[in-house]
Amino acid sequence: MQCQECGKRPATLHFTKIVNGEKAELHICESCAREKGELIPGTPSGFSIHNLLSGLMDFEPSGAAGTKAQTHRCEMCGMTYSQFSKLGRFGCSHCYKHFAERLDPLLKRVHGNTVHVGKVPKRAGGRVKTKREIDRLKREMQGRIEREDFETAAQLRDRIRDLEKEISNG
Amino acid sequence: MTKRNFSEQALSPWMRSEGPDRDVVLSSRIRIARNLRSYPFPMLATPTQSHEAMEQLLGVAESGRLNGLGPLEELRLSELTELAKLVLVEKHLISPALANDSRNGALILGQNEDISIMINEEDHLRIQCLRPGFQLRELWDWASKIDDIFEEGVDYAFDEKYGFLTSCPTNVGTGIRASVMMHLPALVLTGQISRILSAVTQVGLAVRGLYGEGSEATGNLFQVSNQITLGQSETEIIDNLHAVARQMIEHEKAARAKLMAESRPRIEDRVKRSFGILSHAVIIDSKEASQRLSDVRLGVHLGLLPTVDPETLNELLVSTQPGFLQMTYGESLEPERRDMARAEMIRSRLETRA
Repeated sequence: MQCQECGKRPATLHFTKIVNGEKAELHICESCAREKGELIPGTPSGFSIHNLLSGLMDFEPSGAAGTKAQTHRCEMCGMTYSQFSKLGRFGCSHCYKHFAERLDPLLKRVHGNTVHVGKVPKRAGGRVKTKREIDRLKREMQGRIEREDFETAAQLRDRIRDLEKEISNG
Repeated sequence: MTKRNFSEQALSPWMRSEGPDRDVVLSSRIRIARNLRSYPFPMLATPTQSHEAMEQLLGVAESGRLNGLGPLEELRLSELTELAKLVLVEKHLISPALANDSRNGALILGQNEDISIMINEEDHLRIQCLRPGFQLRELWDWASKIDDIFEEGVDYAFDEKYGFLTSCPTNVGTGIRASVMMHLPALVLTGQISRILSAVTQVGLAVRGLYGEGSEATGNLFQVSNQITLGQSETEIIDNLHAVARQMIEHEKAARAKLMAESRPRIEDRVKRSFGILSHAVIIDSKEASQRLSDVRLGVHLGLLPTVDPETLNELLVSTQPGFLQMTYGESLEPERRDMARAEMIRSRLETRA
């Protein structure tokens, strides 16, 4: 099929428009479409190919993501985010991971913060304790370096390395 | 596990001991919320899951790990009558949520009723410790020890970033709710209360009535508690509440001194009128009773009513509640019969002490 505009190149873009039951077809080549300022002739609203294409591109993923986020269930307890917003309570501890993306803004509003700095349980929080110890040692090391107490700083560095090894070994 | 009848006495044994600033602070309370990692939160748990969670948590108590806490009593909510549950709520030993909405709910109660461990409330585990007067810091040490004991026996839901995970995100992190129950009649009388309460809510604290969330502040009793549980350590949270409560106590004391200095006859008249009404009334509704009891409590602490024991007033706070009146005067009282029973209860208590 030839392009309806130039009559030379093959038409690669095909549109069908139906207004009040009247069907109009448009077949053009890409270069003609571009020359026309990316306007599709025959569309009174001046709808551009770019908009059309990007609209289509956008439509799929954003539409899919939108519905996914509303109905995507926590793998553990099956709760959805809209159920959570209605109930104000999570169904299980895994919900905190599952809805993590939406959680931080919420926690920020409620607590003004998103990170726990309080008590760490002995058994369940072993790694956190070590991590906090590392942070503390790093700050101390920095202070020692600033005071040019390199000997103590080196000792601290070794201690930090040991602790980091401990963490990476599980 | 020992058996003891929690409904015989309106006043919990712990309320009988002395505490700092008791002329303003009735009691301090700390509650921490914890959950088990491998079960859905109680709201979504199947009956089997919530039963297993309950067994695991009761197992910690039965293993003898909690022996250092003194004799403990184990109660299953399903085995209690509606009236018994109501009395437990009125004594602040369980929440209305545990009483009414829980499945496989249970309670571990300390002998002095100063420890109440709720199972399958909104969270799997809620450890509550109570003390008379103003003693928040001591309470946290104590509750934290009980928390450690449970953690030895069960796997907690804990996240490196979010801390202790709770059903409601308003409790996540530390899971701590610290509160002080304050009697602030002079701040109410001098019209300073609304200004103070609005200031308090601006620093991350909440103010509620005698029976917590949703309850009205009757009898000039206000429960002040922390709102924030995440991003601050337990010590910071408690220190913040402590500092604000300390200021409120000082304001109340200053307002009382001012009232006595500037309008003693009016205060004395108000206090003694209320005492007279409580000593002689035949019918009294709960609203009037709590207001009059507040006047009398103020009078006691101002030294205007030397014959009244403050302990009697603490007891009446609970024993004039509907559940306790029914327990004492027979089941299902009609409202007017209940108002008569309340008046009789108050008269008899004030007489025996006078």
